[in-house]
Amino acid sequence: MRFLGRLTWQAIPFDQPIPLLSGAFVVLVLIGIVVWVIVRGYLPYLWREWITSVDHKRIGVMYCVLGLVMLLRGFIDAIMMRSQQAIAYHAPGYLPPEHYDQIFSAHGTVMIFFGAMPLIIGLMNFAVPLQLGVRDVAFPTFNSVSLWLTASGALLVNASLVIGEFARTGWLPFPPLSEFKYLPSVGVDYYCWALEISGVGTLLTGINFVTTILKIRTYGMSYGRMPMFCWTALASNLLIIAAFPVLTATLAMVLLDRYLGFHFFSNDAGGNPMMFNNLIWAWGHPEVYILVLPAFGVFSEVVSTFSGKPLFGYRSMVIATMAICIISFTVWLHHFFTMGAGGDVNGVFGIATMIIAVPTGAKIFNWLFTMYGGRIRFTTPMLWSVAFMLTFVIGGMTGVLLALPPADFVVHNSLFLVAHFHNVIVGGTIFGVFAGITYWFPKAFGFRLDENWGKAAFWTAFLGFWLTFLPLYIAGLLGMTRRLQHYDVAAWHPWMIVSAFGVVVLIISAGCQVWQIVVSIRERDRLRDRTGDPWGAHTLEWATPSPPPSFNYPILPDVEGEDPYWGMKRKALQEALAENVHYAPVEVPRNSPTGFVTGFFATTIGFAMIWQIWWLAALGLLGAYAVFVRFAWWEISEVEIEEDEVARIAQSERPALEESLQAALAAEQTA
Amino acid sequence: MPAERTRALLSRGTGLFAASILLCGNGPSVLDPAGPVGQGDRTILLDATAVMLLIVVPTLAATVLFAWHYRASNEKALHLPRWSYSGRLELVVWSIPALVITFLGGMAWIGSHALDPAQPLSSKQKDLDVDVVALDWKWLFIYPAQGIASINRLVVPAGTPVHFHITSATVFNSFFIPRLGSQIYAMNGMVTQLYLEAAHPGTYHGLSAQFSGDGFADMGFEVDAVPAAAFRRWTDTAAHTSALSLDEKAYRALLVQSVVAKPYTYRDVAPHLFEAVAMQRLPPGNGPKTTTAIPDYSPH
Repeated sequence: MRFLGRLTWQAIPFDQPIPLLSGAFVVLVLIGIVVWVIVRGYLPYLWREWITSVDHKRIGVMYCVLGLVMLLRGFIDAIMMRSQQAIAYHAPGYLPPEHYDQIFSAHGTVMIFFGAMPLIIGLMNFAVPLQLGVRDVAFPTFNSVSLWLTASGALLVNASLVIGEFARTGWLPFPPLSEFKYLPSVGVDYYCWALEISGVGTLLTGINFVTTILKIRTYGMSYGRMPMFCWTALASNLLIIAAFPVLTATLAMVLLDRYLGFHFFSNDAGGNPMMFNNLIWAWGHPEVYILVLPAFGVFSEVVSTFSGKPLFGYRSMVIATMAICIISFTVWLHHFFTMGAGGDVNGVFGIATMIIAVPTGAKIFNWLFTMYGGRIRFTTPMLWSVAFMLTFVIGGMTGVLLALPPADFVVHNSLFLVAHFHNVIVGGTIFGVFAGITYWFPKAFGFRLDENWGKAAFWTAFLGFWLTFLPLYIAGLLGMTRRLQHYDVAAWHPWMIVSAFGVVVLIISAGCQVWQIVVSIRERDRLRDRTGDPWGAHTLEWATPSPPPSFNYPILPDVEGEDPYWGMKRKALQEALAENVHYAPVEVPRNSPTGFVTGFFATTIGFAMIWQIWWLAALGLLGAYAVFVRFAWWEISEVEIEEDEVARIAQSERPALEESLQAALAAEQTA
Repeated sequence: MPAERTRALLSRGTGLFAASILLCGNGPSVLDPAGPVGQGDRTILLDATAVMLLIVVPTLAATVLFAWHYRASNEKALHLPRWSYSGRLELVVWSIPALVITFLGGMAWIGSHALDPAQPLSSKQKDLDVDVVALDWKWLFIYPAQGIASINRLVVPAGTPVHFHITSATVFNSFFIPRLGSQIYAMNGMVTQLYLEAAHPGTYHGLSAQFSGDGFADMGFEVDAVPAAAFRRWTDTAAHTSALSLDEKAYRALLVQSVVAKPYTYRDVAPHLFEAVAMQRLPPGNGPKTTTAIPDYSPH
């Protein structure tokens, strides 16, 4: 047995300049950042205030940073794919198949699991406890563990860039291709271990948020008064609890097949590769709703806020959300109508799929009527929301087309399908994330993002999106299937070129996004939010200053009345500003390195298992267990903030809240 | 009925849009079907699009209109800052998508049965049987009645329904000829059935629509639909002049991962070869074990 298992110098792609140079560049940048942090003496601050933080707001921000960085990483893969297909007509292009195949696999994996998921979870982390009027989530340390397990998975996927290779299977490792027999290299192992680890983190998030929303709400915050974003977060996290164990179990079966010669999904010995399709989509279809429901919640908040009106049809929206939550579990087979299950099975799943369009359609109309009779302010979040409505309707329509089995028979796996799911994931989740980030950014940091650069990013993204994906719809109808490293059909070529131009526009958009953040930080004094409520919004998070104190609310708000929209924030402000407020000491969870250390050991275990370095895996497991025991014996898990300190913070907030209250009263007067 | 006329108009509109796409090249477009199955699939695709556009277009228009009309600077617009519920509107909001989906659901149910890939086609001509084996990374087409086989080139008589039996000798693939219509998976140890027909002579592009590894992009194949007499001539030529016969040894050579640059034929296909592959009496390919590079296996 070798000391380093399968790991040798051959794992470093010295012969492939693209991954080697880009990998070296990233490593250098990372080292640069670490050196800079150490030299400037920021390390203790980072450790104390961020890495070990169990504050849901900080964790939310860190999730979003992870998500945004991975969004860029996945976007670089996308640039390579689209440029390869633009030139690979009757030509090999610049990416050989064994490299190209890794890129599209990594693109999907990174975008879904380490881009979209952390962004969505980050927004929920930041906003849900604030909206519920409480001080933290149910299990703050768990929350930190979730974050660092997700980061651990992301690290493993990115390590595959320079050490070994990534899966050459597509973003879902369909057996038998993903069996050891057909892909013996470490790519699929990287995929499985990264997702096993981050999947546990996601499951913990699900448990955490369902518990928080069901059990920890402020006084009077009944289900019927919860903001829409909390409802969608509840639905999304219920789906996580139900679906992620399926993913974990399925990938565990793939790993058992690969490592121990089990035959769950092998061609021979009674294995059934097609059972993988069933299992993976039993997770995979709910997954898309895990991603899009919270985005629906963001749009509900944003459209209502910037129309200056309560959300139209609140109860109807709640019903639609929960209906989608349940129906999404009954449609998975539409991902493989072409397996030949017959008319009855295909018909049933086709109809079940279409039924989801009913609550979704109702939601679109409800947002429409939320705008009706409003006074719409076109800030950046609102632009993303309107663009979402326009884009998502088209994506929904092509989705229903794909749900019709006979139509699916000719566009299944084609670029039409690729265009469809980008249409709903980019147009739904990603637009929603950008809307949400711009919307809550001032709450998190105390200053707004620059509107001009935000709008530039929006318009280029909107244009670039359609310029990229409309050609893919057309190419799909022209019979072009996905994942082609090269092709000989002349009719496809022009559309690939147009699509590549769309990507150029999207590159400009990404540049605007980055520059927007740079400009906003530089000019933060100009963009300062003094009142804690820069948008004239109405949910509870706007009744506390920006950024909120670590405990969110000096006194917990009390919600009442039939009209939570106009009353909720105003009443919370009035309570906070009352003359004879009695402040009680506040207990906040104590910072804990548990999450970070768990993440460290999880990465060790994952890396060791991928390369079959058994002693290292054992060490990692031992370390992780030790952390668990240490945490279980932790005696002081909370620290108390004294009454005087709470009162002092509350006092210092008064002028800001006073101003906010006056604005709220004035707005209510005109309403 | 005006509704029907609108539908017809819309259907024609989408047809025009489709046509404009086709003008940009004569690719293997699924909107330009060359046989009854493709026709059926396209009809469903276009009809459903037309029906949905009936609500999608007004919704898009209303979104833009509402967003513009109720902009903050438009002081004259109706202002209802507390309005958030209307039972009647809610009813409409839920009924419109529900009605459309009821209609499309019916279409899905009927279409799933009428256009099920295993559904025989009605024709005066007798079906032609073709057995299809997906290999790493080429297609083997066996003509059991003619005793011949072809690699990466499918020749069929125009106007005759072809009954495909499809399996895989490796990972799973999807057998797809866009202009002829429906695709279906090729899976090891399983046989799927598909009926297709090319209405007219012509050359069509076929491909695998399920990623199957590094040679996947080279799994494109040529489909030649020829008149019946030409088909007979082709099978005779293949049966008599092919350099290789397809016995077990030749078949095992095909299991090695390779890309075939030029199509070729086999004579004397071993009887029940396809059944042996499908029932796994002949084991599936070994993946990359035997070779690292992708050699060219076509005979020269």
